[in-house]
Amino acid sequence: MSIFVDEKNKVLVQGATGHQGVFHIGEMLEVGTKVVAGVTPGKAGQEVKGVPIFDTVQDGVDETNADTSLILVPAQFAKDAVFEALDGGIKTVVVITENIPFHDAMEFVHYAKYKDAVLIGPNCPGIASPGKTKIGILPGSIFLEGNVGVASRSGTLTYEIVNSLSEKGMGQSTCVGLGGDPIIGTSFIDALDAFEKDKDTKAVVLVGEIGGTAEEDAAGHIIEHISKPVFAFIAGRTAPPGKRMGHAGAIIARGKGTAASKIKAFKKADVKLAQFPTDIADLVEKYC
Amino acid sequence: MKLFEYRGKELFEKYDIAVPNSRIVNSEKDFKDLKFPLILKAQVPIGGRGKAGGIKSSDNLKDAKGKLDKILGMDIRGYKVGKVLAEEKADIKKELYLSISLDRTKRMALIMASASGGMDIESVPDEEIFMEWVNPLIGIQFFNIRNVVTKLGLGKEDSKGVSKLISKIYKLFREYDCELVEINPLIITADEDVMALDSKIIINDDAMFRHTDIVPEMVELTSLEKDAKEKGIAFIQLDGNIGVIANGAGLTMATLDALTHYKGEGGVFLDLGGTDDPEKVKQAFELMKKAKPKVIFLNLFGGITKCDTVATGVKAVITKEGIDCPVITRIKGMNEDAAKEILKDAGLITATTLQDAAEKSSSLAGGK
Repeated sequence: MSIFVDEKNKVLVQGATGHQGVFHIGEMLEVGTKVVAGVTPGKAGQEVKGVPIFDTVQDGVDETNADTSLILVPAQFAKDAVFEALDGGIKTVVVITENIPFHDAMEFVHYAKYKDAVLIGPNCPGIASPGKTKIGILPGSIFLEGNVGVASRSGTLTYEIVNSLSEKGMGQSTCVGLGGDPIIGTSFIDALDAFEKDKDTKAVVLVGEIGGTAEEDAAGHIIEHISKPVFAFIAGRTAPPGKRMGHAGAIIARGKGTAASKIKAFKKADVKLAQFPTDIADLVEKYC
Repeated sequence: MKLFEYRGKELFEKYDIAVPNSRIVNSEKDFKDLKFPLILKAQVPIGGRGKAGGIKSSDNLKDAKGKLDKILGMDIRGYKVGKVLAEEKADIKKELYLSISLDRTKRMALIMASASGGMDIESVPDEEIFMEWVNPLIGIQFFNIRNVVTKLGLGKEDSKGVSKLISKIYKLFREYDCELVEINPLIITADEDVMALDSKIIINDDAMFRHTDIVPEMVELTSLEKDAKEKGIAFIQLDGNIGVIANGAGLTMATLDALTHYKGEGGVFLDLGGTDDPEKVKQAFELMKKAKPKVIFLNLFGGITKCDTVATGVKAVITKEGIDCPVITRIKGMNEDAAKEILKDAGLITATTLQDAAEKSSSLAGGK
């Protein structure tokens, strides 16, 4: 099994005909993702790597029964695109786009909840259930099928960690990139609950970073509700307060969001912490 | 983007939120429309300016002129004061605290109010701060405002005034894509007017495209950071002497952490992001050179970004322009072998693991 997505998801790509869209449709098809439709207003009738393009999400859904959308449109249009997907009946939305205004994200995150849909991102690399599907821009080559669940606020750092797990033969059930923004749709807690229920996930790796209290909240949740072993890495232990460290969400504000507080919370929840990102694989191997 | 107090107050006026009569003063003539006593306030994008001597009251023109000259040019925690706001002293009956911010966990606007205004909100005990969350899909409702205002223990007239003000502030918060609107203190005057004595507004950088009336202030950035921002490269200057170039914010932060572990200190944080465009890599290296680090540490993980194309950009800079400090590279992932081959003769120091690379960089940089 896996969480959130598997081989059954029929993916529609919004922003399909741009440079990113064309490239990643190809990458997704290569690992077996069912990419069934693309949407770019004004380009209906075209094809991208054999995938038909529609003018609207509704047309795409009506013709192909797509149930999942990958959002690759520019930040200014992202809110509109997500609303269009949700109103078109899409049940899983993966928002890759970076630099989306926080107020826009706030609106569509709540609208997704109202529509009973799963929304992953924004500003995330997407989600992969190795051997089944990959929805997003994660590099397909690093994954291996297996039993470790990964949830992360980072992109490249996740690839690094997944790669080191795969090199040691420890595959992944699902790897979900939650996104580097302060306002995101799917939290560590949502991912932990899903991994707890998933019978093929035996251990969970969380990749956190400074800013906000998502890790502290997750730690509290682990104590109460999660029985599977959890491992974590926190980036930004040496980041100075007040500086936006690349990700919009990675900022220590008003004394909140420090790595020290996250590490303390995880220790209390008996989460095993890695000193270096590449140590995670050794830790998982030792305890599992 | 943090707005200076006076610019925040300009926005307040736009939303019909009362502020004391005030203006930016540079010389004696600027005082002529103002009524003494006045408060002179240094305009800097950080708190604690009162303690640093950046706020002074004055009863007459001669005194005000002297104090203005003292405040202008003053250094407040690294910020040189370039503007001073002169504001008529208000007749304060009561001081409150009010803010609207983003609650990351609930993904909602959070209204915070307290009857203990005028002091650092961090030092106000939790039970004296009242909170209310606004669902973005329905926007602010009367009940939201009532939930806050009834707890403040105000009279009927004052409650009415504060309620009106909260709905105006919320409107401003939404329409200007704010991360924070804070008024501390929010005052009620002897004449029952509700007035904002201070303003702290942060507008979400990512939404600036729809607020073209706000002229960006880049006072919080160093000159190299400004340069990088114009080129679209994520670049942050820190205190140490090791320049870190990595791809992805998380990996860059993890690299800085690894350096600290080996007693090294990151001096510059440069995130290539998802690019492998050799031209952008070249620009990044040029910026890095200007920052004059003692050592450069290139930590690359190739996923969608191909290691070999980044390596091509790196090699171009090094062979064409040379680089006068040691460069340590640690390259992993997609096409790493090809990348290593390209950089083999470029005179770089290679490392296989993050730990090894961090240790080498730190020792070359001289520990601290």
